Amino acid sequence: MFGAGGGTSSYKEIEETDLIILWGSNAREAHPIFFHHLLKGLRRGAKMVVVDPRRTSSARWADVWLGIEVGSDIALAHAVGREIIRAGLVDTEFVGRATTGFDDYAASVEPFTLAEGERLTGVPAWAIADLAHSYARAGRAQLCWTLGITEHHTATDNVLALCNLALLTGHVGRYGSGLVPLRGQNNVQGGGDMGALPNKFPGFQDVEDDAIRARFDARWGATVPPQRGWHLAQMFDAMTRGDLRALYVLGENPAQSEADNHRAVRLLEGLDHLVVQDLFLTKTAQLADVVLPAAVTAFESEGTVTSSERRVQRLRPALRPPDGVRSDIEILCDLAGRLGHDWGHPSAEEVWDECRSLSPMHAGMRYDRLEALGGIQWPCPDEEHPGTQFLHGRLWEEDPEKRGPPAPFSLVHFEPPLDELSEEFPMRLTTGRRLDSFNTGVQSGGYASPLRRPETLDLSPEDMASLGVAEGDAVRVTSRRGSITAPVHLDRSLRPGLAFMTLHFPDQADTNALTLDTWDPQSGTAEFKATAVRVERLPETVGAHLVTEPAKVG
Amino acid sequence: MTTVAPVALRRQVEVMIDGQAVTTWQGATILEACRDVGIEVPTLCYLETLAPVNVCRVCVVELEGSRALVPACSRPVAAGMVVHTGSERVRTSRRMVLELLASSVDLSTAGGDVHRWIDEYGARPDRHGEAAPPSARDRAHAGHHEPLEGGLVATVAQPVKRDNDQYVRDYAKCILCYKCVEACGEEAQHTFAIAVAGRGFDARISTEMDVALPESACVYCGNCIGVCPTGALMFVSEHELRARGEWDESRQEVTSTICPYCGVGCTLELHVQDNRIVKVTSPLDHDVTSGNLCVKGRFGFEFAQGDR
Repeated sequence: MFGAGGGTSSYKEIEETDLIILWGSNAREAHPIFFHHLLKGLRRGAKMVVVDPRRTSSARWADVWLGIEVGSDIALAHAVGREIIRAGLVDTEFVGRATTGFDDYAASVEPFTLAEGERLTGVPAWAIADLAHSYARAGRAQLCWTLGITEHHTATDNVLALCNLALLTGHVGRYGSGLVPLRGQNNVQGGGDMGALPNKFPGFQDVEDDAIRARFDARWGATVPPQRGWHLAQMFDAMTRGDLRALYVLGENPAQSEADNHRAVRLLEGLDHLVVQDLFLTKTAQLADVVLPAAVTAFESEGTVTSSERRVQRLRPALRPPDGVRSDIEILCDLAGRLGHDWGHPSAEEVWDECRSLSPMHAGMRYDRLEALGGIQWPCPDEEHPGTQFLHGRLWEEDPEKRGPPAPFSLVHFEPPLDELSEEFPMRLTTGRRLDSFNTGVQSGGYASPLRRPETLDLSPEDMASLGVAEGDAVRVTSRRGSITAPVHLDRSLRPGLAFMTLHFPDQADTNALTLDTWDPQSGTAEFKATAVRVERLPETVGAHLVTEPAKVG
Repeated sequence: MTTVAPVALRRQVEVMIDGQAVTTWQGATILEACRDVGIEVPTLCYLETLAPVNVCRVCVVELEGSRALVPACSRPVAAGMVVHTGSERVRTSRRMVLELLASSVDLSTAGGDVHRWIDEYGARPDRHGEAAPPSARDRAHAGHHEPLEGGLVATVAQPVKRDNDQYVRDYAKCILCYKCVEACGEEAQHTFAIAVAGRGFDARISTEMDVALPESACVYCGNCIGVCPTGALMFVSEHELRARGEWDESRQEVTSTICPYCGVGCTLELHVQDNRIVKVTSPLDHDVTSGNLCVKGRFGFEFAQGDR
């Protein structure tokens, strides 16, 4: 944000902040050890507001829970912003000195009165005003989010709408005040840092910048194509058009993890050539022409990953991989050799040192320093640098030269979820994680979790009553794309009209047969969080053997 | 407007420990001051990441001007304090603590330090008599104790609790240090699945109403196992290897890596024996985890085991 692709703050800061806002994040279950830091903040006296359609296990720790309508986040953010402006609570000194575009922003949020906010989001006007005043008046405030913000067709705009609030109140660039996107996987941050994006080199350097590309061309002895590539959703569109005919998939299971996965499978099947590099013969690997068995990155190979606080940490091999299984680096270098490029057999450290020589924000992160310091937070521009606890402190500098370019307000437009509710599909289905499971279960399915229970369609008590179903009864869930059956489970965290499923057990309940693959044009993230469905009781109770225990959430 | 992390300013104080002038920070404990200068004070219930609960009394020292011995783990230093860590009174007190614990608790998996202290302080747990057989401690009636017949010594022994796929609870090995209760509760996990039930010698760690773990509030983070000093709480994998006589720490390597699940970046210490992960811990001194993990980090490694 504001030019850097990472959260601004450190976990330690949430222990010493005054107001915590969890917006579209159930960190208690999805990021449990971050939640430990958060709990220290609460014990120290911080207040917490949770914005979430569900009254999650995180929300139970909050002072206030705002049960927002799924996908109305921008409307809520705008109403909060407008109220901060109306009440005269803008940090005018910060806004005047360190930002641009305030007037246009103020005009853009003007229609979002408290009453309009209530109408669009379902959050009472007084609660919106309360959030606005609490945030603006807090000495320090941390605004945290997860996939509840980003798994929408307006993902990037949702994030920008939250960033606007931090600019309005000066809650960025100071110890204890910041913007905290919690990353869903152990190296999502590192993937972006390393340039696994269509338009970036390592260190968020732009591939369309001639001077930067020239440095990489010189180091690599090759010519990098001068234009950006495709992101995931664009790749699937290119498959539809027939422009993309061959695909190399590393450690991903799109046949099950993609929204509208029946379409994804059709497209994968239609490719001329599919290569899958994975630990297991996943559903995607079963479709492949070539499968390259890979070592477990975290347990069987050397390397680094980057966490949600921008901390680069080392991975070390603890286990010998099975025969014939090799690390990703070995496989990639061998493949390069077969394609006529001799990359040799570099160690992970040698690959990293090359990266450090090209990415200024990683330049100081020698392996032995990563070891000695327990990881280093980027940017770390030289080998004396201790790493950076929080970003954008420069925005507070008095000296305009040190302050650098101002942070722009973003103009974002509110659009409700694309999969509209109707008479035919009257219920909103949203998705999320459970504490003991992970994504499509490829990893988490391997251990005997005492918490595990079969996949269910979770419903509010009111909806269970109106459907006339009891715990464990089977229902048919139908969206505009597909239809599945699942047993129902009573979940008091849900309101009438809102249903919940996970993506953890695609072999039991293929949730992504229902979801909509419309994606955010900027990030390529699909709208996993907002599906319109119809739930019907099945005539015979086929799910009786699946009667479940109530979920425990800590 | 401050843009840097606040730094706590602390005053220095000087104390005398065993005749040695020691300069330390105001707010430090006697234990910390001792450790600064390399004086060993035994501890059982103390852990760097938890607030002291002062229950084991094995860390007591003599403080001049104080009628009673004081626990080093929680008593803050004050300027001019004079402390003796090895006086006869201290040694006698520590010997009795160790003797009574070792006569009533199975310390066979409690780690090397405890056994070294038992030797060093001359504790003779067997002089109290032969241990009585296990009793139904979970149903003990508070305050009703008859002397055992035949000179038998009461113990905390009770049957091993194994009611789920990941934890074993063997409270015959529990010294009631409270660390698991603190880690499950307000010092870390805030799940509050366990507490101390009963009073006096009947006191024991229990879930609410002594229900089995799967019926309790437990979320299987294993943070209680992470802090247990005696092996009363154990991974099933360790328990089974020990039962088969195959647990061998000399053949184990511990490797630090990062958890493969969410994006928090928790450090995992993988304990590996014969190319299999047999236990997972996290370093107490790492500021991301402070030794704590969640159920996925602690137990979610099985996918990587064997030939896949």
